Amino acid sequence: MSKLNLDFNLVAEARKSAKVIADDIQLMIDQHTTVAVERTVVRLLGIDGVDDIERPLPNVIVDEIKDKGGLSMGLAYWIGNAMIETGKTPQEIAEAVAAGELDLMQLNQNDALKVQAVVTEKAKEMVAIIANNRKDRDAYLERLGEGPKPYLYLIVATGNIYEDVLQAQAAARQGADVIAVIRTTGQSLLDFVPYGPTTEGFGGTYATQENFKIMRKALDEVGEEIGRYIRLCNYCSGLCMPEIAAMGAFERLDVMLNDALYGILFRDINMQRTLIDQYFSRIINGFAGVIINTGEDNYLTTADAVEEAHTVLTSQFINEQFALNAGLPEEQMGLGHCFEMNPNIENGFLMELAQAQMAREIFPDAPLKYMPPTKYMTGNIFKGHVQNTLFNAVSIMTNQGIQLLGMLTEAIHTPFLQDRALSIENAKYVFSNMKDLGSEIEFKKDGIIQKRAQEVLNDSVKMLKEIEEEGLTNSIAKGKFAEVKRTMTSGKGLEGVVKKDDKYFNPFIELMLGGQ
Amino acid sequence: MSSQVDLTKVKPYGDTLNDGRMQFSFTLPVPFGDEADEAAKQLLIKMGIEEPSIVYSEDLGVGYTFFTAYGKCQHTVDYSSIEVPKVDVEIMDKYGVEDFIKEHIKRDVVIVGACTGTDAHTVGIDAIMNMKGFDGHYGLERYHGIEAINMGSQVPNEELIAKAIELNADAIVVSQVVTQKDVHILNLTNMIELIEAEGLRDKIILICGGPRINHELAKELGYDAGFGPKTYAEHVASFVVNQIVDRNMI
Ligand code: B12
Repeated sequence: MSKLNLDFNLVAEARKSAKVIADDIQLMIDQHTTVAVERTVVRLLGIDGVDDIERPLPNVIVDEIKDKGGLSMGLAYWIGNAMIETGKTPQEIAEAVAAGELDLMQLNQNDALKVQAVVTEKAKEMVAIIANNRKDRDAYLERLGEGPKPYLYLIVATGNIYEDVLQAQAAARQGADVIAVIRTTGQSLLDFVPYGPTTEGFGGTYATQENFKIMRKALDEVGEEIGRYIRLCNYCSGLCMPEIAAMGAFERLDVMLNDALYGILFRDINMQRTLIDQYFSRIINGFAGVIINTGEDNYLTTADAVEEAHTVLTSQFINEQFALNAGLPEEQMGLGHCFEMNPNIENGFLMELAQAQMAREIFPDAPLKYMPPTKYMTGNIFKGHVQNTLFNAVSIMTNQGIQLLGMLTEAIHTPFLQDRALSIENAKYVFSNMKDLGSEIEFKKDGIIQKRAQEVLNDSVKMLKEIEEEGLTNSIAKGKFAEVKRTMTSGKGLEGVVKKDDKYFNPFIELMLGGQ
Repeated sequence: MSSQVDLTKVKPYGDTLNDGRMQFSFTLPVPFGDEADEAAKQLLIKMGIEEPSIVYSEDLGVGYTFFTAYGKCQHTVDYSSIEVPKVDVEIMDKYGVEDFIKEHIKRDVVIVGACTGTDAHTVGIDAIMNMKGFDGHYGLERYHGIEAINMGSQVPNEELIAKAIELNADAIVVSQVVTQKDVHILNLTNMIELIEAEGLRDKIILICGGPRINHELAKELGYDAGFGPKTYAEHVASFVVNQIVDRNMI
C-alpha cells in the first residue's frame, strides 16, 4: 500500500526509460576493456605483490601487454597461454615478467580455445574462494546475528589503519553495524592500488588488500565478543573500481561504494573508462554478496536539494538498471539518497520525509543508503546534533536500510572517537523511541507530503524521458546531474580504454555474472 | 550591563558577570571509572580551571572515557589591546568594483583560480568565481572588466601557475578545504615555492581561501590575503583591484 498515493504506472514508465538508458551504455561497455578490468582479471587469477620499485605486479604485467599492443585480447589469454608454455602459476609468471625474464607476447601462441580451457580451470579455483567467503559471511550471520535495520553505518578516517582499528572496535562496541574505512584524498585518481598496510593518509586511509585484511580480522574479533556480525565497507570508486571490488571479494567486505557517476561528477574520471570498470566491479560485488552503495546523495551537495531532488531519483532508477545488467539483485542495491535541505526551509522536514518514503516505496527490496545532513552542517555543533536527530527520525519512520550516521562535527573534521559515540547514542535513542511510528501513521490525502513525493516522481519521469532521447552521456555533458558537466572524452583515465578483439576473453564474467 | 565589563580583564560568562564558567567535552585514553574522572579534573585544574566538576562521563568501549565538565576559568584576557590582522580594504559591491576598474585600471583584470592538490571540493571556489555566485552574491565571472578562469578541483599547483602565466593573470586564487594532517599547509607552501621559483612572486597577487583559512595564516604562508567562511566575490574583487593600483600593476 502506498502511503503517498504514488502512481505506480509512472514508476513502471520510469523503469522502462532507465532500462533503455542503461542498455544503450551497455553496448559501449561490451565492446571495450580497460587496464583496470585487466588488472582485475590478473588479480582474480591470483597475482598480487609488488616489484622491486614498489609497482604492483598487476600493473607491471598489464602495462607491458598494453605497451606491446596485446591488451585487446585480454590478459586471461596471455596468462593462460604462458601457463601452458611455461608450466608456471600466474603468480610465478608475473614475477618472471617483473624480473624481465619472460616476455608473454614472445611465447608460442596456443589456440584460443585451448587457452580458455586452461585459464577457466584456474579461474574456477579462485572463484570458489570468493564463494566460500560468501558462505563464511552467511555462517557468521547465522551464528552471531546482526543489528536491526536501519544498520548503523559509521566511518573511520584516521589515515592510519591501526588507529582505524581502535576506532572501529570502539564504534562496534557502542552499537555500529557497518564500519566504512574512508579512503585518503587522491586515491581515486591513482591508476594502481597501493600495496601493504598503510599509516599515512589525508582525510582517509588507503584502500589496500592488507588494510582490508587487518580491518576484517578486527571486526570479526569484536563481532565475536559482542555477539553481532559487523559489516565492513570500502570504496570501489575511482580508477580502480573492479580491482578494489576483487580485493573486497577476497577479504570478505560486505558493503562497497560502487558508482561510476560519482567518479565522473566528483573526481572527473572519464565516463567511458569508469562505466566499463563499473560493470565488471558490480559483477564481482554481486557474486560476492556485497551490498553496493551508490552516490546520488552527493548531487545535492553541489545542486539545490529542493529543486534537484528528482535528479537523485532519476539516478537511482539508472543505477538500478546498471546493477541488474551486472547481475546484482535488488537486495544488494544500497541506492543512495539524503537529508540535505537547508534547515531554514519551512516544512523542510515534511519534504525530506516525503522523499525518504518515496524511495522506500519505489525500491521496496533495496537496502537504501540514507545520508545525513552535511552541506548545511556548520561549526554550531549543538544545532548540528539536532539536525541529525531529525534525520534519524525520518529514517526510522520510513524504514531505511543503511543509516549513515551524521556527526555533529561534520563541518569541522573527520570524526573523533567521542563524536561517533554521541551519534550512535542519538540514533539508538530515536530508533527505539520512535520504532513503530511509521506503521502507525498515514499521510493526509493530497497533503504537503503526498504532493511533494508525487512532484518529485513526475519530474524524474520527465527527466528520464529526456535522457532516453538524448542519451546518458549527452545529459551528463549538459550538467543535468549535480550541475557538473563532463564529456565522453574529458576526464582522467581514457587512455586506459581499449577496444576488444573478437577473440577477447574474460572467464570471470561468465563464472560470476548472475550471483551464486 | 556592559558598562560593568572591564575590557582589560575579560572572563567567560555563565550566568553572572566574571563567574568564569566554561563547559568542556573531551576524551581521555583511560578506562572509565573514578580514576578517570579524577584525571579529567586534574587536567582541567592544570588548564587554569577552578572547581572543575565532571558532570558526565561515559565508557567509549576501548578503555577510553568521554567527559562533559564545567569549571571556572581563572584567566582573563585584555580585549582592549587585541588586534586581528584583517584584509585591509574597503569592500565595494559588484558595481563599485566595475566602476573602479573602468576608472583606475582601464583594462580587463585576469583572475585564475582552482582548488588545488588532491582536494576535490569545488563548491567554495565556485561560490567565488562562477557566474551564479553564492548566497545571492554574484561570482567573479559575472563582473564586467574581470576575466575569471575557474579551473575546478584536483588541479596541480604547476598547472594553475602555467595557466596564470599563459593568460598573464593579475591574480591567482586558491581554495583549500581538506585540512586533515595540515595537508592544506603543505600544498599552499608548495604553491609559494613554485611561484617564487618562477620569479613571479612580485608580479602576481596571490590569494587563498577556505573554511579553515584566515588572513593571518595566509600572510604567514606568504600570500597577499586569505579569506575564510562567508566570503563573497566582492571581497576578493575589492582586494584584487586595489592591489593592482597600490602595487602599480596597471
Ligand atoms: C560538499 C562536501 C563534499 C562533496 C564535494 C562536492 C564538490 N564538488 O565540491 C563531496 C561529497 C564530493 C566531498 C568529498 C570529500 N570530502 Co567533503 N565535504 C563537503 C561538505 C559537506 C561541504 C563543503 C561545502 O561545499 N561547503 C560550502 C562552501 C560554499 O563553503 P566553503 O568551501 O567553506 O567556501 C566558502 C569559504 O570557505 C570561502 N572559500 C572557499 N574557497 C575559497 C577560495 C578563495 C580564493 C576564496 C577567496 C574564498 C574561498 O568562500 C566560500 C564561500 O563563502 C563539508 C562539510 C561541511 N559542512 O563543511 C565536507 C568536508 C569538507 N569534506 C571532507 C572530506 C574529508 C572529504 C573527502 C576527503 C572524504 C574522502 N576521504 O573521500 C572527500 C574529498 C576527496 C578529495 N579528493 O578531496 C571533510 C574535511 C575535513 C578536514 N578538515 O580536512 C569535511 C569537513 C567533512 C568531514 N567532517 O569529514 N565532500
